[in-house]
Amino acid sequence: MAATATSTNQVVDAVIGAGGSGGRSGNGFRKNGGGHGDGDDFHYSPARYRVGIWVAIASIVMLFTALTSAYIVRMASSNDWTPLEMPKVLWLSTTVILISSVTIEISKRSLKRARDSQYGLWLALTAVLGVVFVGSQYAAWRNLARQGVYVATNPHSSFFYLFTAVHGLHVLGGLLALAYLLLRTRKKRDSVEGELRRIGAAEAAAVYWHFLDGLWICLFLLLFFWK
Amino acid sequence: MAEAATHGEVHRHPAPTSFIRKYIFSIDHKIIGIQYILLALTSVIIGMIMSVLMRINLSWPGTHIKILETLFPQGAPGGVMSGEFYLSLVTMHGTMMVFFVLTTAPQGGFGNYFLPIQIGADDMAFPFLNMMSFWVTFVGFIVLVLAIFAEGNATVGGWFTSLGASWAGGSGTVGPIGGWTGYPPLSALGKVAGPGQGAGVNLWIISIAIFCVGSLLGALNFITTLLNMRTRGMSLMRMPLTCWAWFTTAILALLSFPVLLGGGILLLLDRIAGTSFFIPGGLYVSGAPVPLHTGGSPLLWQHLFWFFGHPEVYIAILPGMGATSHILSTFARKPIFGYRAMVFAIFAIGMLGFFVWGHHMFMSGMSPYSAVAFSILTLSIGVPSAIKTFNWLGTLWGARIRFTTPMLFALGFVSLFVAGGITGLVLGQTSLDFFFHDTYFVTAHFHLVMGVASIFGMFAATYFWFPKMFGRMMHEGMGKLHFWVTFLGVYAIFIPFHAMGMLGMPRRYSNFGEYEFLKNAHGLVLFVTIAAIVTVIVQLLFYFNFIWSIFKGKKAPNDNPWEATTLEWTIPSPPPHDNFAGIVPTVYRGPYEFSVPGAPNDYIMQTEPEGAAVQAGLGDTSGNGGNGHKH
Repeated sequence: MAATATSTNQVVDAVIGAGGSGGRSGNGFRKNGGGHGDGDDFHYSPARYRVGIWVAIASIVMLFTALTSAYIVRMASSNDWTPLEMPKVLWLSTTVILISSVTIEISKRSLKRARDSQYGLWLALTAVLGVVFVGSQYAAWRNLARQGVYVATNPHSSFFYLFTAVHGLHVLGGLLALAYLLLRTRKKRDSVEGELRRIGAAEAAAVYWHFLDGLWICLFLLLFFWK
Repeated sequence: MAEAATHGEVHRHPAPTSFIRKYIFSIDHKIIGIQYILLALTSVIIGMIMSVLMRINLSWPGTHIKILETLFPQGAPGGVMSGEFYLSLVTMHGTMMVFFVLTTAPQGGFGNYFLPIQIGADDMAFPFLNMMSFWVTFVGFIVLVLAIFAEGNATVGGWFTSLGASWAGGSGTVGPIGGWTGYPPLSALGKVAGPGQGAGVNLWIISIAIFCVGSLLGALNFITTLLNMRTRGMSLMRMPLTCWAWFTTAILALLSFPVLLGGGILLLLDRIAGTSFFIPGGLYVSGAPVPLHTGGSPLLWQHLFWFFGHPEVYIAILPGMGATSHILSTFARKPIFGYRAMVFAIFAIGMLGFFVWGHHMFMSGMSPYSAVAFSILTLSIGVPSAIKTFNWLGTLWGARIRFTTPMLFALGFVSLFVAGGITGLVLGQTSLDFFFHDTYFVTAHFHLVMGVASIFGMFAATYFWFPKMFGRMMHEGMGKLHFWVTFLGVYAIFIPFHAMGMLGMPRRYSNFGEYEFLKNAHGLVLFVTIAAIVTVIVQLLFYFNFIWSIFKGKKAPNDNPWEATTLEWTIPSPPPHDNFAGIVPTVYRGPYEFSVPGAPNDYIMQTEPEGAAVQAGLGDTSGNGGNGHKH
């Protein structure tokens, strides 16, 4: 069995490089027919995490579709809409989350090239940027509160607090995922499946993080640049 | 190491040994499925008790019910239900049934148990999320039950009242009085809007929001599992129709529950944070102005709610359609008529379901042009529905039907789906809906098609899969009696509802005594009540049969007592922890190969290799396919 001697590198090649022998051959996706396969010594497919994260993103998109369409309807149908003055610190948030998208991409690519230490470093940097983002969003809340603008002050502020809070919760979820991955960078997986699982999880986390970035850009534009 | 890796997939998680890990916090999809079924069986009892209480109140107003006096001394002083008490029964009956019965049992219950097995997987894609999905749903259930007592019990209500103005409880109802649709502004204002609208509504919203999260976790799992975990040879077009139904349902849940969740968050903020998403300005309630709110739109909630609400109808019934297709084919001993058409129809019904929410709002003052668009889209759902119905009839045509209990319930499903669906064509037209809106005609329509038909699908599924789940058969005699009384009973309840609706009897009213034009309907009301009580009592027989059969039922004669073809019937009953005991099945053919000419038996398992069956048939003279030589 190949599993004993496989380095991370080979695993990566087997899964990411070789499309034909990857998890999706055959009519069904699972390739281990009848339990007597050759090359079937591991069955874990990273496609599971990839599919899972896209499905999860679809549902989060629907949540924000509901909330943003409420925003648009509420804005158009009433005469009590007072636009907020944008807290300047949101530019910081936006810049930070954009940069964090780049760092997690670098981190993911390092993992694919089996450069474990680089992977860990960029991942940690991403997590730090994530924390800075959350802190910066909180600063924006404090800023508004100092001006006496709270959730119920006017509909625009209600939506601002709501969007940033719901998005922020999803960012916190992303940070939990990053923390989990960081805890796993040190511990070398001794089984092929464990290693694959780690790569699959890292890829899914990267996709999710990019999504959070794009989502924030959309919300930011909608909140302050959409008339 | 190699060995560990090999077994990594097959036994991805080892069989648990402790009781808690095995039966309570289990990550085994089969246990989770049973947990969902038990949750539904519990919730449905609460829902049925509430419907009986409502019927008693309608037929015999002023009845003294001792237990109500004990439990809810304020809402039912002297054991007599108040009008508000009745309204809260309406709300909680609907919420309990729609969310915790019709959404849990068909999808979370049977889907969880059988989807992985039918596609040849050893578990769901994310077993831990699967466990979370059940327990989150369970917390939602507890919160909803809490809503009953937060309003119904002064002591429990007192705990909540201290949380703030919108949390005032203990008003003597059994929950909110605004119906399961929770329309603002009355649902957004707090106790000023009436008894039950304080803590009851807050807990109701929180319960639904928690339920949404649980359903989303489940849907995520279903979709990923189906896309990613099918065994070798299990192409999409070889899946049993049940799997197609669960898959479509999961997509609907995935895309519609987030919208309800969003709406719920906005409604809760209106109540506890003072925002005005749904509360318009200048509002007067009970003669007093509502301060501090301006500019909100109550219609916005209706759009968000029904964007979820209509797909929810299909979330309830599609799994029933899947089970019915599966069971009809099995007991008709014929391939399902038009497999591909069935797949496309089920998908079309699901997708069209996202574009028809406006038909719940014809009376909201929407533009007549949008109403016409919604009306046309609504009526077009009749096309895939008719395709399904005719294909079911085509499956039965010329068949030598085995009238087992599951088959009877599947046939009952077809009957109820047609009977309930046909009035959808009436209500889907704006001009007719203007008359029927908010009458018992609507109640009849959705109870038949969404409530009872779905439940019949689940009864069929229960009787059909029981031997697989527990290794014993349910009692056929009790099952048949259960079927006939229930079948006649539900028609006896809901056909008169249509007549009452045509008379103009409005839904949700607790008392019709003062309405001269409804005097003649009293006999019908009484008849319905008696039919309802008989129907509810016979469900006790089902519960008895279910529990008795688990322990004392006749042992299933073999692993495939119905002579069915799909993968779950290739494995022991009940299935081992990892379903296929380490041997991953290979699928060679479609799911409904019954009465294939030339085959030795009148059914061919999906795992039978191509050609093998015919070969065996030629060699085996005792086979009923005899001398066939063509496949």
